[in-house]
Amino acid sequence: MRCMALVVMPVVNQAKCNGCGLCIDVCGLKAIVRVGSKVTVIEMEKCSWCIQCEIVCPTGAITCPYEIVFEEHPKTDSRSVLSPIAFL
Amino acid sequence: MAIQLEFLKSVPYFAGLSTDEFDSLKKLVFEKTLRRGEAILLEGEPAETLFFIVAGAVKVFKTSAEGKEQILSIVRPGESFNDVSIFDDAPSPASVRTMTPVVLYGVRKDELKTILHHHPQVALNIIKVLAGQVRQLLSLVEDLSFRHVIGRVAKILLEQAGDETSPRTQLTQQDMAAMAGTAREVVARSLKTLEAEGSIKLDRHRIVITDKEALRGLVETS
Repeated sequence: MRCMALVVMPVVNQAKCNGCGLCIDVCGLKAIVRVGSKVTVIEMEKCSWCIQCEIVCPTGAITCPYEIVFEEHPKTDSRSVLSPIAFL
Repeated sequence: MAIQLEFLKSVPYFAGLSTDEFDSLKKLVFEKTLRRGEAILLEGEPAETLFFIVAGAVKVFKTSAEGKEQILSIVRPGESFNDVSIFDDAPSPASVRTMTPVVLYGVRKDELKTILHHHPQVALNIIKVLAGQVRQLLSLVEDLSFRHVIGRVAKILLEQAGDETSPRTQLTQQDMAAMAGTAREVVARSLKTLEAEGSIKLDRHRIVITDKEALRGLVETS
């Protein structure tokens, strides 16, 4: 059976992002950075997964999915220096 | 991309068919690829195609007049959706949207009738699949009617947790709320409560189930 590779990180839908910057304002750890007038890039090293950006986003452009696992599984490393923009 | 015979052989609909029968079935199946967040079906639309998930996951849901979403099921590799409308010729009773990038195999309604005509044993397989879907919906009704919200959240965690043989499902708190028939804030509070009780651990993007038995106990008693 074919498997899709799973990358667990906050997902930014560029098509939905309107550049309002509410996510940047609400992020206490400055993990969200504006690039240009619209695109926001999440710096995974700083993100604590508080999901406030997802809650405050008026267009639903940011989603913070959880991976649900039983304790015996090894940790998936979701950290990278700069997460790629999620093209959707 | 060529239709994968091994996948078709694993689909419950087509259990028991011979190799020759699968070879003729392959010609009636087409592949479709979608990105995350794409709408596949809208509630009320006519249904022309039965779909099977090859990779990824989709959610089947209904939306209220106020925009509240209730997820009826999450469909995963090997499973089908749009069955009801294909067989009763009525509009789709629910909407379907991708939760991840998805690869689908589709069979058009008329071609499904051809398959049933030439391979009548498929009808029994279909009955079993539909019976399974009814059972699952009955369980959802039971949860929404009788189970306390923390029990519903506990059940969702147990059912959606990943293991070695199946891909891990990624769910937002909003997804869990739509499955549990409640608000996102209530799910957030339930997760905090379960963490305080020691049943789960919230580790950034991971919800780690540390005490399966405690969660099962909550499901049974709530």
